Amino acid sequence: MSDDERTWEGEPRPSLRRIFWVFLVMGATSLGGGVVGYLRTGLVTRNRWLDDVTFVELLSISQTLPGLNATNMSILVGDRLRGGWGALLATLGMCLPGATLMTAAAFAYGVGGDSPASKAFLHGIAAGAVGLIVVVMVQLGSRVLKTIADYVFVLATAAAVAGFHVSVPYALIVAGIIAIWWHRPREGKVYHPTTDKPQIGERHHE
Amino acid sequence: MKQLGDIAGVFAYLSLLTVGGGMAAFPELKTLTVDTYHWVTFPEMLHFYSLGQLAPGPNMMMVASIGAVVAGIPGALVALIAFFLPTGILTFVIGRVWTHLATWRWRPAIQAGLGSVSVGLVLAGAIIMGRGALTTVLYAALAIVVFLLLWKTKINPAYPIVASGVIGLVAHYL
Repeated sequence: MSDDERTWEGEPRPSLRRIFWVFLVMGATSLGGGVVGYLRTGLVTRNRWLDDVTFVELLSISQTLPGLNATNMSILVGDRLRGGWGALLATLGMCLPGATLMTAAAFAYGVGGDSPASKAFLHGIAAGAVGLIVVVMVQLGSRVLKTIADYVFVLATAAAVAGFHVSVPYALIVAGIIAIWWHRPREGKVYHPTTDKPQIGERHHE
Repeated sequence: MKQLGDIAGVFAYLSLLTVGGGMAAFPELKTLTVDTYHWVTFPEMLHFYSLGQLAPGPNMMMVASIGAVVAGIPGALVALIAFFLPTGILTFVIGRVWTHLATWRWRPAIQAGLGSVSVGLVLAGAIIMGRGALTTVLYAALAIVVFLLLWKTKINPAYPIVASGVIGLVAHYL
């Protein structure tokens, strides 16, 4: 077997069918979110397709780019294992179970969603989901916010969008440019690449 | 056909706003699907969004639900493709050139700058969602308890969120 047929860990390169199956299992079992944890177990621990350093590096790319962490990770890992087809099949496997369930949920909702009982149940779930979103925000914030200026960018962006109904693209572009300029590379500034790496145990919004 | 075109346009646009996670697109998701196109009501959107948090896989699969409400199975497929293709292609291309960008001196600035803006967008999404979901003291209390549980323990979020639903149901019959 040539070096091309091996992963970085020295394991044999998986087949497309195997990639699809492993991502399908992760896409079907990661109930309640936390896909990043499942990805690490599936890709690093169980199959040894990646080492931990590569996993965190890819996760950091996934979080910087637009798109959901779970699908960005599927694309990056699939591409490294088997090129474009690997990326496509990994993403399909990751999305198929949840997409099928949520399409079915839409039809079920059309049948029974209007009853007071299901409304009360779903309203409770929505309240719980708000708690989840705030945890995701606090954990993301505790990692990426380092200076007073960062907190100012957070509050200004949130106030513009939620308080003054500024549309998200404007807020994203204006606040993004100002914040990036604030953090611009300067002489004598030392960059510590280890401190802003995503944490595997963190709760993500994938 | 017009509807499928609208679905494709809306979700392709939302896809590009998901900087730092799906929640960043929430304010615009609400504006477009509820206020502009009237595909769903705000409570309906909240319900699908929250169910999507429980479903396995990426937790924005609720875009398939909205597509299905508007135009059945074709609507769900169009919503999914539109939501995942633009950023998918971007990630694929950038992923391949990333090693060249690794030492680019602006990279830490972009990561730090977009990091704080994306936290701001998640906060905005949480505020807008809270306005719709936390309508009584009971629901606000549920959100706080779920927050504390998820923050302080490693429990799977599905359990406290489903428990909130059950408590909502019980409260309805009391």
